[in-house]
Parts: sequence; structure tokens; C-alpha cells
Amino acid sequence: MIAELGLTALWLAAALSVLQLVAGALALRDEGGELAKLVRPAAILQGLLAGFAFLMLLYLFAVTDLSVKLVETNSHSAKPMVFKLAGAWGNHEGSMLLWITVMALAGGLIALAERRLPEKTMLATLAAQAFVGLGFYAFLLLSSNPFERLPMPALEGRGLNPLLQDIGLAFHPPTLYFGYVGLSVAFSFAVGALVTRQVNPVFARAMRPWVLGAWIFLTLGITAGSYWAYYELGWGGWWFWDPVENASLMPWLAATALLHSVGVLAARDALRTWTIMLGVVAFSMSMLGTFLVRSGILTSVHAFAVDPERGTFILFLLVLYIGGALLLFGLRAATVAEGERFRVTSREGALVINNVMLSAILGIVLLGTLYPLLTEAFDVRVSVGPPYFNPVGAIFTIPMLLVMCVGPLLRWRGDSLGRIKNSLAIVAAIMLAVLALVVVLGSYGILPVLGLSIAIGLAIASFLPLRGRNLLRVPIATWGMVVAHFGLAVALFGMASETAFSEEKLAAVPVGESAQVGPWTVTLENVEPVAGPNWTAIQGRFAARYDGGDAVILTPQARNFWAPPQETTESTLATRWNGQLYAVIGNQAPDGRWQLRLWWKPFVTFIWYGGILVALGGLLALIGRLKSDLKRRYVKSRLADRAAEVAA
Amino acid sequence: MNKAWLWIPLGLFFGFAGLAAYQLTQPKDEFIASTMIGKPVPEFDLPPAHADRPGLTISDLKDGKPKLLNIWASWCLPCIAEAEHLDRLKREGADIVGVAIRDRPEDVARFLAQHGNPYSKIGKDDLSNLQLSIGSSGVPETFVVNGDGIIVYQHIGDVRAEHVPMLLEKLAEAGG
Repeated sequence: MIAELGLTALWLAAALSVLQLVAGALALRDEGGELAKLVRPAAILQGLLAGFAFLMLLYLFAVTDLSVKLVETNSHSAKPMVFKLAGAWGNHEGSMLLWITVMALAGGLIALAERRLPEKTMLATLAAQAFVGLGFYAFLLLSSNPFERLPMPALEGRGLNPLLQDIGLAFHPPTLYFGYVGLSVAFSFAVGALVTRQVNPVFARAMRPWVLGAWIFLTLGITAGSYWAYYELGWGGWWFWDPVENASLMPWLAATALLHSVGVLAARDALRTWTIMLGVVAFSMSMLGTFLVRSGILTSVHAFAVDPERGTFILFLLVLYIGGALLLFGLRAATVAEGERFRVTSREGALVINNVMLSAILGIVLLGTLYPLLTEAFDVRVSVGPPYFNPVGAIFTIPMLLVMCVGPLLRWRGDSLGRIKNSLAIVAAIMLAVLALVVVLGSYGILPVLGLSIAIGLAIASFLPLRGRNLLRVPIATWGMVVAHFGLAVALFGMASETAFSEEKLAAVPVGESAQVGPWTVTLENVEPVAGPNWTAIQGRFAARYDGGDAVILTPQARNFWAPPQETTESTLATRWNGQLYAVIGNQAPDGRWQLRLWWKPFVTFIWYGGILVALGGLLALIGRLKSDLKRRYVKSRLADRAAEVAA
Repeated sequence: MNKAWLWIPLGLFFGFAGLAAYQLTQPKDEFIASTMIGKPVPEFDLPPAHADRPGLTISDLKDGKPKLLNIWASWCLPCIAEAEHLDRLKREGADIVGVAIRDRPEDVARFLAQHGNPYSKIGKDDLSNLQLSIGSSGVPETFVVNGDGIIVYQHIGDVRAEHVPMLLEKLAEAGG
């Protein structure tokens, strides 16, 4: 009954999205007519129905209803509750339902809360949102119904991929989805504005919170995904330039560029066509990422819900939406009036450079990710990895980071570098000093050395916009920028430090003896079998001492899951403020010694602290923007009241 | 002013879409062929996994007769499904040797009593050493090994009814 309720709600929501699309499109010709009044309620109701359908799916997973095919395939009665719930979206059908739910809820929220946009742009935006949604409804209902029943209820479920039975990962895909869906809203706004040709600061202010929100989630998603790969895969690295990782990085790069250009549009009414273009590109990258991951067209370590048939469907949607939007862009962009002009040495100028660099990095990542696809057409199999991405990406990343030090200090419209030369001199001196120090200390690669020096310079430069200001009166959004830029510097410091200073040790050690890595001495105290709810494991007990200090007990495992059978390594970490010891236990050699794999990674945690700081900066900016929007709305209504009083 | 650049994104996008569509229609390799095919099985010496059958060493695979080397475990469900087909292969004249992965003798005995014992020898591979060295990553898997101990074929997953003739043919080829 519950499954049928969910399915019914889903069909109704799909029907409402048809209504929303048709009524919205027709009402564009007949502004203020009866049809226009249907659009907002349809969007709100559609959001509620999709939300209801998702709750029903969660319930089915919570009670492990084995008459439902999706539950049987992806869950198991022995699983802990949190993973039962996570099972609802840890598969193709459920994750698509989550996607459409978040998208419908977002549409409902725009319909409910957005009051600034001209009516026509609003209608076009909601119609575009319904159009995008409709494709996903069709996908779900016609080819991947999550509520499908089995002819006979099963006795037991078939489990969930054990690699996904991890608390971090359970919440990693939904986080990225919130980001992707936020970008779909930005896309709808861009299409709406193209239809009505009203690209202006009002439009930018309406779009900005969605871009910011999406960007926060994408930042958190990438940070969490990177940490997951780091401690779950057991390879000791934090970024592998894997197609799936790139699929999450590309929308982030596009969203970062969009975030900055929408800021210029809101503040200065410049970069109109460019912002629209980025709005389309950012969502394209989300769709492209989904396509690459789901179609299995590229080989990846993340074999998740791969199915070429689904790939075809997503490709069809991709062509329909992105092709359609770019066609509209080609037709309409020339007719959008040109925005304000500005000098190169100005805040806008720096932001344009930032945008060009980000777009170039995006292009490089995109090319590297798709290159194997291109060569495969000519029967040449290649894989593109760090030797391409790191140096080529750095060509644009380094100038971008340097401009990041300068841009926030410049004034809007026009400024001169002479005015801020003192600040620049301080930052440059610090960078050179760090550079010299690291070069004297030892021989490390050129990229990590530059990384360390720029990270420290940027960390200081990111606070310079606050110099000479009353900190209590600095707008929250400015604090957001400062924190986000500082966060990037922190993450960069972690990356560079990990690359430059990491030490690795592979040792075969009998029980009772020790291995040395960096400042750590690690003693293998014993090895024992342990069992969990659905796995058995070999567990090592390590006593790790930093510089001969107190012992930290680590218990890495090599786990064997039995439903379905699969092996995973559970690495363990000893975290200090200045880095992490990373330990993995391997097989036993014939002579009884155990393989240990140990890494000492100075400041590696800064990568993820930095990521969190960047997201926090985004959150502060979002709060700041929403607050000033509310204030603006309040002032406007007061002015209207006053005008009414005067007229009376 | 020339607005031709506004069409560049659309052009690039359709270039990508065409390429992706082409690639999607290309047949995909279902399995990654083991790089061990054509190479000899490395040295090994496994103790018996079951009281009734001897263990398995490299010399058993070099006795001049082609063999099926079946990687399995009593805790593996697809192995139950393939048991009857292994029995049929044995009746058709195949010599099957088994490697029990991470298993206990009592579980092995129970499994064989319940689902039949097609194996002439069963080695016990508690740490998957042999399994990994011949390029197998899961259970069940079945290798065709010729009389000189060279791996000629790898079958990933359970043996089903439709695979039986194919495996017999591979064995015949390996014997010739």
C-alpha cells in the first residue's frame, strides 16, 4: 500500500509538472491571464507530492519491506538503521527519486518565496524548471520505477554495496545532489531570463542565493568525497583525478565562476551574457557528471549503478536541455543589451580574470576527462592522470591564486594598483620568504614549493580587505569572502604539505615488533579476528608513539563482507594538529609476518579543514545576502506604505 | 559586431554529444581479460581443505592433462548454484581441482556433503595467495589450465548450464 501511495504521488507530481510547463509557457503570451495564476500553486504542490513520495520510499527501507524490488536488491534486515535509510538513495532508482524530490522542492520554494523577479521571467523560470523536471519524471516512471513490487516477497534482502556502508559516504551523494539541483535552479533562472531578455541586477540577486547554496553543497560534497576516498580506499591519496571525482569537480569550478560573475552582475550590472552562459554551463557540468558516472562510458574506481541504457536516456536529456539552452543562448544572447563597462584594474577586472582562469581550468579538466572517450573512437586506449592534470592545471591555478590576493583589495569600476602597493608588497615579500625557506630546507617538487608559498601569502592576503575597517560593521557577506578565500589557502597548504613532506613505509613485521615512519614508532601488538553485523575481519592492534610519547592504539582491519561478498580495507588514523598517521594492515606473509603500510602525512587534515572553511564562507555569504534581501524588501514595503499614506 | 562566438558552445556541445552517442552504441567488453592468460600458474603448495581429498600443488597442474581450476568457498552463495553444473562437467570427463578460499574444513565438508563433490583435489587458500597470484578477484571463478600449467581461459562468476559446452570445448582445445 505504501509503495502504491508513493507511486501515485509521483505520477501526480509528474502531471503537475506538465501543467506547470504548459500553463507557464502559454501565460508568457498572455500576461496576467488566468493561466498564470496556476503556475505557482502547481509548483508548490508538485514539491509537496515529490517530497511525500520520497518519504514513502524512506519508510519502505526503514521497515525493510521485501515485497519491493528496490528494497530486496539494496537492503538487508541485518543492516543498521542509518544504512537502511541510506540504502534508499544508495542506488540508481532511489537516487534519481531523491534528485527529482529536491528539484521539485526547490521549484516549490521559488514559487513560494521569490517576489522580486518580473512576472514574465518568473513564469519562464518555473516553466523551465518544470521542463527539466519532466525529463527526470519520465526517466523514473518509465524506466526505473523505485516502487516496483516483486511477484513474490523475498525472504531476505541482497544487501548494500559494503563500500557504501560508511557514514561519510551515505551522505556524500545527497550532498552533491543538493548542489546539482541548486545549479538546475540557476539554469532555469538563466533560461527564464533569456526568454524575456531581462538580464539585470534584480535577476542576479534572485539567482545568487541558489548559486551560493548549490556551491556550499558542492564544496562540502567534494570535501567529504575526497576524505572518503582517503580513508576508505586505503591507498593513502586524497585525489586521484578519477572520472567520477572530476565529474564532481567540474560543476564546482563552473559554479565558482558563476558565483563571482553573478556578484558582478548584481553589484555593477556588467557581464550579462557571460553570467547567463555560466548558468547554462554549470548545470551542463552536473548533467555531464551524472551521465559519465551512470553510463559507465568511462572506466572508474566508483562502479556505481552503471548501465548503458540509462546512459542513453541521460544523454537524450542532456541534448534536450543543454542543446536547447545553448540554442536559445545563440539566438537570444545577441539581443540582450550590453551591460556596464569597467577598467581592467578594478574589482570587476580581477573577477573577470578569475573567471577566465576558472573556465580554463574547467576546460582542462573536461578535456582530460573526455580525452579517453575521444581516443577510444580511434581504438586507442589511454588513461589520463596526474602527470597531465597537475602541471597543466597549475598553469592557470597559480595566476588565479595570485589574482585572488589582489582582487578583493581593488575598488569597483576603476582603481589603480598604486593605491594598494603597500599591501601587495607585504604579501609578495612573505611569499618570496617562504619560497626561499622551503628551497633551502630541502628538495621538493616545484609545484608543492610554489603551493606552500602561495598558500601562506594568500592566507594573509585574504584578511587584508578587513584592514582599517571596523570589524563589527563589516558586512557578513564580506566576512564570507574572507573566510572562503582563507579556507582555500588552508586547503592549498594541506595539499602542498602532504605532497612535499609525506613519508611512506611498507614493512613486514612479526607480532611484537615495530616499524618507524617519520616521527612515529608503530608496534604491532597483536592480530585477531573480529566480527561485525555483516562482516568478519582481521584486525591489527598497533601502538603508535609520536616522538616516543604516549601510545595511541590503532586497530586497522581487512574486512570481509558476506552480503554481498566483498573485501574492504578499514584504514585507521591517528590525528594530531600537525598531521595524520595513516595505517593499513595487509596480508600475512608465509613466514608469519604481517604487512603494514604506514604513512606520516604532515598537515594533511588542512585539506579538509580548508574545504569546510570554504563552505562556511559560502554560508556566511548566503546569510549576509538573504539578510540584506529581507532588509531591502522591508524598506520597499515601508516606502510603498508611505507613498500610499501621502496619496491618501 | 560579429556574434558568431555565441554559437561556439552549441557546436562544442554537439561535438561531445555525437561522440558520446557513438561510444554508447559501441559494444563494450564485458570482462577485463586476465593478464595471466597465456602465462604459467606461479609456484604454490596448498594443504588439503578436506579429509577425503589431497591438497593441491603446482606439480598437479603440470601432469600433462588439462584441468579446470575452480576457485570457490563454502560461504559463497553462487557456488551452490554452480555445483550441479560442475558435477555435469565432471560426468562429461573434465578433471576439476578446487581451491577453497578462506574456509574451515568442517564448512567445506558440510558443503561437499550437501552439494556434491566434483573435485579430484582441493587446496586450502586461507589468505587468497594463490587466488590473487592468478588474477582472480572473487568467488566463484573457473580457470582452464593446460597440461603444462599454463592458464588458457578465465571464467568470472558462476558456471551456468550454458557455459558447460563452452568450458568442455576450451578443455579439449587445451588438451590438443
